[in-house]
Amino acid sequence: MSGTDERIKEMSPLRRALIRPELGGIVGTIAVFTFFLLTAFDSGMFNAQGVLNWSIVSAQFMIIAVGACLLMIAGEFDLSVGSMIGFSGMMIAIFSVTLSWPVWLAIVVTFAMAVAIGALNGFIVIRTGLPSFIVTLAFLFILRGFTIYLPQTIERKTIIGGIREAAEGDWLAPLFGGKIFQGLFVWMGDNGIIATFERGTRAGQPVVDGIPMLIVWAILLVLFGHILLTKTRFGNWIYAAGGDAQAARYAGVPVNRVKILMFMFTAFCATVFAACQVMEFGSAGADRGLLKEFEAIIAVVIGGALLTGGYGSVIGAALGALIFGVVQQGLFFAGVESSLFRVFLGIILLGAVILNTYIRRMITGER
Amino acid sequence: MSTGARHEPIIRMKMIEKHFGRVIALAGVSVDVHQGECHCLLGDNGAGKSTFIKTMSGVHKPTHGEILFEGETMEFADPRDAISAGIATVYQDLAMIPLMSVTRNFFMGNEPVKKRMGIPFYDKAYADRVTMEEMRKMGISLRGPDQAVGTLSGGERQTVAIARSVHFGAKVLILDEPTSALGVRQTSNVLATIDKVRKQGIAVVFITHNVRHALAVGDRFTVLNRGKTLGTAKRGEITPDELQDMMAGGQELAELEGSLGGTV
Repeated sequence: MSGTDERIKEMSPLRRALIRPELGGIVGTIAVFTFFLLTAFDSGMFNAQGVLNWSIVSAQFMIIAVGACLLMIAGEFDLSVGSMIGFSGMMIAIFSVTLSWPVWLAIVVTFAMAVAIGALNGFIVIRTGLPSFIVTLAFLFILRGFTIYLPQTIERKTIIGGIREAAEGDWLAPLFGGKIFQGLFVWMGDNGIIATFERGTRAGQPVVDGIPMLIVWAILLVLFGHILLTKTRFGNWIYAAGGDAQAARYAGVPVNRVKILMFMFTAFCATVFAACQVMEFGSAGADRGLLKEFEAIIAVVIGGALLTGGYGSVIGAALGALIFGVVQQGLFFAGVESSLFRVFLGIILLGAVILNTYIRRMITGER
Repeated sequence: MSTGARHEPIIRMKMIEKHFGRVIALAGVSVDVHQGECHCLLGDNGAGKSTFIKTMSGVHKPTHGEILFEGETMEFADPRDAISAGIATVYQDLAMIPLMSVTRNFFMGNEPVKKRMGIPFYDKAYADRVTMEEMRKMGISLRGPDQAVGTLSGGERQTVAIARSVHFGAKVLILDEPTSALGVRQTSNVLATIDKVRKQGIAVVFITHNVRHALAVGDRFTVLNRGKTLGTAKRGEITPDELQDMMAGGQELAELEGSLGGTV
């Protein structure tokens, strides 16, 4: 213990800079963009409309990946994310259209319900000591069941529309369905920086008329998650709760509170996704959000998080979501058969996870 | 080293009983610990050592008996209560989280914060500086404060955990079998750490079933057997063989030892 251990090799600064959880995500992002710049540059993927197209898809993945990432680092899973998206969207529709509540009230009450269900998920996991995998799998079915049952019983259909009309003039709805920087895009269109419509009712308007709130939410949530995880004491508790819950408890970390709060945050993120989607489509459908829980988990794992908890990065998860979105939309632009998306995704997932395992061994000195 | 023995003990456990259902884990154990002494708690597996220290550190509530801490009756609701009173416990395998950096482990549960724009942020610069300093004092040289605990040896992990408890103001430090999984050299490092801590005036409760480790640093020795204490002996008043005998309950081990040629 005295002096330096001659058996520990000095690490080069480059190697030290490279070993970080996000490395897999960074390498994957560069690889994916290089691939599509080479194969699909002329396809319109990288003009204003194309960028917006894959940015929106990536932002959707990011919103749920942030919640899934923090929860996974805290040592738990939530398989009910996809069902929660469907459920929350349906509740907003039922409250605002069927019950004719003001849209802001529908959104606020839905958020409260979703976060409460998240807390219930967490509470059951903590109280019973069951794996969160099983508990949230139960909620995957329970919530999806209600999402189909409620509109069928009330309205005799599985899609409830008319939300855009209901949201007209509402003060809260634009926070999810609105756009920002519209003036900037009009200016860019007028000055020929981005293309404008040439005919039709929107002739002269820019093809992209603003940044959707969905993207703003994604960026804000990623920043919030990253700062919370790396720059606050609560972030340290998240790592500790997932790294070794018992050791953390002995050190005085309120592990149960941390985990339940992370379940609530995951439900919150799912509801942000749902609210943005419902405002964009103007309707809620019983099949919305299907399989989203797995897509969120894949983005998080590509981003360098450990499935067993205690290790990961929100920035990595965001990059994982970006890779996901770019690949899904990029294959369409590149004219590749869309079913190959899954093949591509599987290869990226495997490659990223192998790379991440190697990085983690270097960091922790495991053999 | 036993100058503190003349003063009031910092912690006094009086006739502690602990029942789990119909099992009597502790049947009236009394132990007192003084500042600056290393009190060894010896006993074979199942003797009640773990239950006893968990009662002391607030994990279990005693069924009967009384705990006096600094002369006052204490009732700990949970381990946090005990920690804030100054009773810290280092568990053998649960001391550290290997995936986290040394700094993050060191300040786990006690993270320093610095307010910026009214928001309390984790003060990484301060945490890193203190950790490096404390590690140097304990004789561990780190590559950097971000080094993961997973890269440290078992003995170093124990030392980091002990340094952490001392830094956060432990008056009583309970060590649960800190040496039982370690090699020879790492063991002597941990024993040296215990000695350093004791010299700072902290009361150390050292749980072990290894008589040689106990005799290397202990000032007093209490043997537990089947939930009962067989008395406390001072350093120099007892031989290793007597301690070994008491731990095993005498009879059976004597027979075993005979057949093994005195190697146990």
